[in-house]
Amino acid sequence: MTVVLVASWALITAGAVLALTGALGLFRLPDFYTRTHAASITDSAGASLLLLGLLLQAESFAVGIRLLLIMLFLLFTSPTAAHALAQAALKDGLKPVLGRAARR
Amino acid sequence: MIGNVILVDIALFAILLAAALGIAHTRSLYSAAMLAGLFSLTCASLFVVQDAVDVAFTEAAVGAGMSTVLFLGTLALTHSRERVTPPTRRVPALLVAVGTGVLLIYASLDLPPYADPANPVQQHPLTERYLQTSQQEIGVPNVVTAVLASYRGFDTLGEVAVIFTAGVAVLMLLGRLRGNAAGSPGTAPAGGLQGEHRVLRVVAKLLMPFILLFALYVQFHGDFGPGGGFQAGVIFAAGIVLYTLVFGLGHARAVVTPGILRMLLPLGLLLYAGVGVATLLLGGAFLDYNALSPQDPVQGQHLGILLVEAGVGITVAAAMILLFYAFAGRGARS
Repeated sequence: MTVVLVASWALITAGAVLALTGALGLFRLPDFYTRTHAASITDSAGASLLLLGLLLQAESFAVGIRLLLIMLFLLFTSPTAAHALAQAALKDGLKPVLGRAARR
Repeated sequence: MIGNVILVDIALFAILLAAALGIAHTRSLYSAAMLAGLFSLTCASLFVVQDAVDVAFTEAAVGAGMSTVLFLGTLALTHSRERVTPPTRRVPALLVAVGTGVLLIYASLDLPPYADPANPVQQHPLTERYLQTSQQEIGVPNVVTAVLASYRGFDTLGEVAVIFTAGVAVLMLLGRLRGNAAGSPGTAPAGGLQGEHRVLRVVAKLLMPFILLFALYVQFHGDFGPGGGFQAGVIFAAGIVLYTLVFGLGHARAVVTPGILRMLLPLGLLLYAGVGVATLLLGGAFLDYNALSPQDPVQGQHLGILLVEAGVGITVAAAMILLFYAFAGRGARS
């Protein structure tokens, strides 16, 4: 039981760290595309790991299956949303910041 | 544990405040619309913390979902940047804002303390009555549904009438759905799964059945858990809105035609009011569902709530989709 609990908290911590990484990237990264990428880390990888961690602590099948479905839904929607955002920006003519300017 | 809840409350209220200040500060109306969506979502989280899941559900679906889409639809028709207010008009505006704020804070002093068990709403005998007796009288596990659809069924009929009226009013103002309904140009690129929107289209097609199924689940599971006609109608409409955004207005109008919607809009209200008339004819009071099944009143309550919630869902879904069509159709023409 303790092994499961430790694994669960490890996953939750990893998810929280990834969410924080996404938030940090949203502020620190140089242009729209990299920021979109950072934001999508929060709700795809971060949220998925959090939900996996919660899944290990689910007290019943009914709760577990819901967590699993939410995770599946997020895995479909959040990369799609990031893709749609980036594509819309590209179509609108927004150029990615490349080369030296990106390293500032 | 109590400390944790207070921490979550403080964090959520801080986000609310930040979103409100952001809305006031930004000149980009798109940002303001998205921040308003964030504001609603945070409100929904606050409602969840306060165990008001039904309200949270409605706030998330209507406030964060449909309202944001309608805001964006409006902005597509008008300007997306706020005009700079001339300095001469800033002082009166500031006075009005400060005056209203002071009045609101003054009024809030009369509010009962936040989350106090001794609040009037907790002490009132009616609360006890709803929570205790509704299980025998209505037999619906979700007390919110029992109150909304049965005890205060007349009020809810009024709410549905308001939504119906709002839908009709918007249609009269900008809903002349003329033009070629089958395929309006501009918003309707080729409908196949190839081309530049491939990822969006594949995922939208994949999720569509589940969104609509979830709407039906929320509709019919409202007796047992959070949900009901209002939330289900909005979720159903959100599914159609997603389809419209990804596949174009022409395709959406071919699937869910405005003609059908214009019939469904009053149909839901008629169904609701019709249940009331039926109970009258069966010898009960207006919307007294016991009359639907005199031998087993609880069975009558269940039937009545089912029909009434279906009416709510139909009218809400039709109104929301028609509103969105009206905005999207205007954007396509100009």
